[in-house]
Amino acid sequence: MPDTVFESADEVELIDLPPEDLLQRLREGKVYVPERVRVAIDNFFRKGNLIALRELALRKTAERVDVAMDRYRATEGIGAPWAAGERVLIGIGPRSDGETLVRAGKRLAAALHAPWIVVYVETPDLIRLPEAERNRRIAWLRLAETLGAETVTLGGHSAAAELTSYAKTRNVTRLLLGEPSRAGVARWLRPSTVDQVLARLRGIDVTVVKTTEAMRIARSPLLARSAAFLAAPPSGKRRWPSYAWTTAAVALTSVLAWVTDPLINDTNTVMLFLVAIVLLAWRFGRGPAALASALSVLVYNFLFVEPRHSFEVADGQFLITFAVMLLVGMLIGQLMASVRLQARVAGHRERRTALLYAMTRELAAMRGASSMARAAVRHIGEVFEAQVVVLLPDEFGRLGYPRASDGAPEPASLRGADLSVAQWVQDHGQPAGLGTDTLPAAAARYLPLKASDAKLGQLGVLAVLPANPRRVLLPEAAHLLDTFAAQLALALERSSLAERAQSAAVAAESEAVRNSLLAAVSHDMRTPLAVIGGAASSLVEAGSQLDDDARRDLAQTIVEESAQMTQLVSNVLDMTRLESGLAAIRPEWVPLEEVVGSALRRLQRPLAQHRVSTHLDEAPALILGDPVLLEQLLFNLLENASKYTAAGSHISITARQGFDEVELLVADDGPGFAPDIEPDSLFGKFQRGRAEGAIGGVGLGLAICRAIARAHGGDIRAERRPAGGALFVTTLPQEAEAPAVPRETSVE
Amino acid sequence: MTSAAHAVLVVDDDPQLRRLLRTTLDAQGFRVIEAETARRGLIEAASHKPDLVILDLGLPDAEGHTVVRGIREWSSMPIVVLSARVDEQQKIAALDAGADDYVTKPFTVGELLARIRSALRRAVQPAEAGERLQFGEMQIDLAHRHARGLQGEIHFTPIEYRLLAALARHRGAVATQRQLLREVWGPDHVDQPHYLRVYMKQLRAKIEPDPAQPRYLLTEIGIGYRLLSDRDD
Repeated sequence: MPDTVFESADEVELIDLPPEDLLQRLREGKVYVPERVRVAIDNFFRKGNLIALRELALRKTAERVDVAMDRYRATEGIGAPWAAGERVLIGIGPRSDGETLVRAGKRLAAALHAPWIVVYVETPDLIRLPEAERNRRIAWLRLAETLGAETVTLGGHSAAAELTSYAKTRNVTRLLLGEPSRAGVARWLRPSTVDQVLARLRGIDVTVVKTTEAMRIARSPLLARSAAFLAAPPSGKRRWPSYAWTTAAVALTSVLAWVTDPLINDTNTVMLFLVAIVLLAWRFGRGPAALASALSVLVYNFLFVEPRHSFEVADGQFLITFAVMLLVGMLIGQLMASVRLQARVAGHRERRTALLYAMTRELAAMRGASSMARAAVRHIGEVFEAQVVVLLPDEFGRLGYPRASDGAPEPASLRGADLSVAQWVQDHGQPAGLGTDTLPAAAARYLPLKASDAKLGQLGVLAVLPANPRRVLLPEAAHLLDTFAAQLALALERSSLAERAQSAAVAAESEAVRNSLLAAVSHDMRTPLAVIGGAASSLVEAGSQLDDDARRDLAQTIVEESAQMTQLVSNVLDMTRLESGLAAIRPEWVPLEEVVGSALRRLQRPLAQHRVSTHLDEAPALILGDPVLLEQLLFNLLENASKYTAAGSHISITARQGFDEVELLVADDGPGFAPDIEPDSLFGKFQRGRAEGAIGGVGLGLAICRAIARAHGGDIRAERRPAGGALFVTTLPQEAEAPAVPRETSVE
Repeated sequence: MTSAAHAVLVVDDDPQLRRLLRTTLDAQGFRVIEAETARRGLIEAASHKPDLVILDLGLPDAEGHTVVRGIREWSSMPIVVLSARVDEQQKIAALDAGADDYVTKPFTVGELLARIRSALRRAVQPAEAGERLQFGEMQIDLAHRHARGLQGEIHFTPIEYRLLAALARHRGAVATQRQLLREVWGPDHVDQPHYLRVYMKQLRAKIEPDPAQPRYLLTEIGIGYRLLSDRDD
């Protein structure tokens, strides 16, 4: 059973009985199926195990009772009998048994009612550990987190130095460390972390936890360790050039030494080699430094030590020279490797911080959840070398993949996210997947994006599938990922709040619109209905008494009035559909002349008395737009022109090619807009250019035009023509390249 | 055209619209059979074998295109569908399923009668590949791929000829984009309407005096194209 279950249990009841009694009950078949009892007693239910389990259960329960007592004290206002402000720090080193340490720390912290921190210092020693060992350290840190510890990863050359300085900054009162791994002379030669800490710290209790022999960590095999030592990369993957350079440099030094040999004495020749070794160690690190030392010793011995041109050594003094050369090379190489590693770790951190800052800054400048999600996918994907997707809920709280209409997916997009897991995360507000308590074996981690305002609920789920699980499992990385998620949630919350504010404004506006719609529709529908009803009833009731002309007049009235009403109803419907988003735009590549031709044909009759000219040559062969909606836009403009201009007026339709847009101009030479009217106001709903009466319509035509133009990402504006008349300019952005149509190879 | 013998089946669930159609069509000398559901419509079509079907797409018991498909399983009788303006997708589905033409509600009686007559005429004399098209002064011989206008011979590419022939097979009626794409470019290209649009633009440039106000190659926006030649209507 995981410890967290125990931690979060409301009530724990202890059923205790001595191991002998339990074994007796087992034999009597009261606990297990009889045939399995024997196996069970032989394997797990041995007396020793049972005693250990009993001790564990009693201690756990005692701890809980202790906590209950403490709570009682707190609620009854009884002061604490101990000094407040205890803080426990547990250091996990390269060779400590983390699990024992963490559990010991937990017990100590619980006993002291103190917060506890588990620190992992990434020293060069640690980085050289095999992958599996490093993963175990991550597991310990996660265990500590689930037990309620704060975990911190520090980077530094010396674990002792980092631990002591961190302990001081956090006002730690107790430090818990594993027992030193070295003993005797080895311990005296290279003091362990415990010894170093004891030497540095004042005023902090240091507790050393004895690690059981069985739990001692397997050291990496000697061969692998020496390979790792030699292969420790200066940077990058290709290492042989540095060895080649090293060989070349030693050769050059040898030539130099050979040339200068007659001029300077042997001691200074050695210095020449030492300089070369130091420079090479500084430049290329450990491996090449070792090579340089060995080569130098050999060359120096061969060329300059009597007897020359042999590897024999006549004077024993030179053995000391060789030893110093080797030692200096190795030491400097080792130092350089550490410095480089620290620099790399620091650089890594700085890069991550910079990336977090970059994402935050980009999100701050953005509007709209889907574009924020895309930016987050790009940034998080880059930092964690992972495939990422942000799943946003629809209005019913169901998560879905980003829609294609939101634009092309980022290269780092994750397509294989498990939507059911994501939905669970969304519904419960808890992380799941890789390295969490729920489905820890999953390949991806799912993080809830929580709003700080509980009313907004869950804003979505961030799914991250790292190429290497360590990218997410390392506590430091996990914290960073949480920070990224928090930043994204913050941005999404802002966007959600902005949306709410806007929809509130829209709701208020649509309330007003609804009222004016009712007023307009009731006026504009009642009148034609009254006329139709009247004309039709007189045809029915008195048809036979009317002459042919009168009958035809009445019938004609019915036709015209019903056409009027049809127009009205379809305008209201169009507007409603456009506003409700029912009429989703379906952009296609279409020649402008098709749209114009179709609108003109629908208006053949009303435009029969007008002169219409078209100038579409400047438009691109195909434009991107919804043909049906664009035709509706043009139809409304042309119908207006036909209604508001006298017979014989001239209407022109012109296309103009802009930089990345197309402009469609509809102009007439009629009376134009009344002087007291601001042309742009005509695009509002229920706006009419003239007082109601002579010319029918609710004033929705131009509002529909604007809605259509804006649905295409463009707009429409009205202008007064200098020579009189009205001009409507529709702009349609055309950023995409028209698709190619294969040319025919043969022409008849 | 006299239509004394022509029987028309009206499938519509709205009694007022059926009444209007019955009165109008009776007056024009058609014999009218009525059905108010899709199921009834299919039965009446099979038992009366009418010369033409007027089918409302807004039937309560079935999608319009399934009725069209049901009739097309055994008969090529002309089908004219009625639909509201906003139901483009329904119209296209019915036309793709084999309906001949459509009329948008609200319609004028004249418009409906013109569509009915045109459909009946095509049923009597099906368009043939070897026919000629007349566009003003221009004459096109589809069989021999030969075209002549006032200024002499006019060149059309092979695809343009195939497109003209496909349009001519539906002459007077609507050919949907999918139908034309399938007939001219093959079934792999039905989702590439821009092919069709580019070639229609080329055809208009060669045939129409004013391509922005076409007389012969009409666009049914959102649906397809309609070819009118001077021998029609």
